[in-house]
Amino acid sequence: MRFPYSETVLEHFRHPRNVGKIENADGKAIEGSPACGDMVSVYINVDPKTNTISDVKFESYGCASNIATGSIITELAKGKTLDEAKKITWKEASEALGGLPKIKAHCSVLAVEGLRSAVENYEERHGLVKDRKPTTVETVRRRLKKVMNPMAGLDLVRTNLVRDINIKNGTVRVVIDLPPDHQFASAIKEEITEKIEPLWDVKEVVVEFTE
Amino acid sequence: MLNRPVYLDNAAATRLDERILEAMRPYFFDIYAVATSEFGYSQGIEAREALDGAREALAATLGAAPEEFIFTSGSTESSNVALKGVALALGKKKGKHVIVSKIEDFPVLNSARALEKQGFQVTYLDVDSDGFVDLDKLRESITNETILVSIQHANQEIGTIQDIKNIGLICREKGVLFHTDATHTFTRVPLDVKKIPVDLITVSAHTIHGPKGTGGLYIRKGTSLAKWVDGGFQEFDLRAGLENIPGAVGFAKAVELVTTQETEQIQLVRDHVISRILAEIPDTVLNGHRWKRLPQNANISFHFIEGESITLHLDMHGFAVSTGSACFSRSLEGSHVIFGIGGDHERAHGSIRFTFGRYNTIEDTNALVNTLAEVVRELRSISPLGKEKKE
Repeated sequence: MRFPYSETVLEHFRHPRNVGKIENADGKAIEGSPACGDMVSVYINVDPKTNTISDVKFESYGCASNIATGSIITELAKGKTLDEAKKITWKEASEALGGLPKIKAHCSVLAVEGLRSAVENYEERHGLVKDRKPTTVETVRRRLKKVMNPMAGLDLVRTNLVRDINIKNGTVRVVIDLPPDHQFASAIKEEITEKIEPLWDVKEVVVEFTE
Repeated sequence: MLNRPVYLDNAAATRLDERILEAMRPYFFDIYAVATSEFGYSQGIEAREALDGAREALAATLGAAPEEFIFTSGSTESSNVALKGVALALGKKKGKHVIVSKIEDFPVLNSARALEKQGFQVTYLDVDSDGFVDLDKLRESITNETILVSIQHANQEIGTIQDIKNIGLICREKGVLFHTDATHTFTRVPLDVKKIPVDLITVSAHTIHGPKGTGGLYIRKGTSLAKWVDGGFQEFDLRAGLENIPGAVGFAKAVELVTTQETEQIQLVRDHVISRILAEIPDTVLNGHRWKRLPQNANISFHFIEGESITLHLDMHGFAVSTGSACFSRSLEGSHVIFGIGGDHERAHGSIRFTFGRYNTIEDTNALVNTLAEVVRELRSISPLGKEKKE
């Protein structure tokens, strides 16, 4: 039989590691939603003496790459310090899985972010976070680095698809260098909105495409 | 013993029936001339006879005359020719408005979108929760500018069969042409052009165990249709290109081999699968109408889990099915059909389409449901959704 995934992806898909919930976890996060197609919950327990992750679990509503990335990310995170865990990238997770198809990048990046958000959640709850800063073009750009370009398997910023970002009275306008009827236009638009909307001072997200 | 792999995606493609291959074989090795050579040498005459014979048989299946049926490269081309051909013929003369349903398959939907770019207006009709077009809304949507209504005979994903007789009557009353995509109903659900007022019909061989790359278009006599594929004078000067004689012969043989009995048997297997899944697997919902649906189609949404994961697990167990999940599609968008019937993202992502054919047995499908129950249970155990309810 032939499958569109590597042996390691299939192995983690069939037998995902560290599945489940941690009751009263020290840090937790949910990334994605049923609307965007995939959703991952990540739970961590932290050893406060060493600031390392002592236990990590995940749950996934998603496709094979989403499940496999959730599984591998728990293996990569266990025993790491909080700072190390936050720095784990999608590329590292993907390499640990023996590679993922480019078009699947957007489903698998969620688990990586889930881990990062769970660590941030822990930091917030333990008074380790900086103050609320107003959203800037740089903040938006940083978030857009988490939106994958399904054609390249790299993010929108790195593949030069972001033509313009401007922020006015709580409205963030992002111009993407693709025609509005492009194969992936509506999927990309949905993901951008999903990433920018939660920013505390953003009221509206407008995604425009070039002709 | 299980006949592995069990292929349950017969709406996408079917296994060729050996008897069809045998019927086609001589037209690859012995009579490989094309029909346009009939005045050149005797092989051309034999080719012409084979093509005419196939055409006659296919037209007869629809209750049509042979000169009302042309061969194409498949249903995608047929629907493109129907929409763009009518638009080209009538756009300047009569008007620039076309009506389609929201849940059409991509050849019709994207042909309509292409016409929009050429300055045509398109109405995309809503459907109800079973997938039916509202006949009153259709009637209201037709204007003096309307040239064509294109509404499918049955849906490619959820199987709902439209009331094309009454749709046709409305179109006739309003003096508007009516095209229907019958890719999935052809030979499985009766369609007689003497009884149903339809002007253009898309059909294909690939759904009935015939060869890929062979389809047809019924064109009622007198229908305004501009030539879309230019070249020679083939197919009554409506569609140029070398005649695919093995394909035409194979298509006719495919139609000959479909029997009412077989269709009833397929429907029995299908009904068995639907009742077992709905009864044995909790949190499932049937998409499409319970009985006004294609006899070979079942489409069920499994809550709290995603379709690509289900299909991959099933594939590992030897079952091939399809899903309306965004993760499966080339555009990363969930099924427009499930959204069209009012379903949400979760219902689209968790939808699985099972389409049955000649080679599926009750034993196969029993094995399928058993495996499916396991797979669904496993995936739900790792999903964060749907847990609150059970706790």
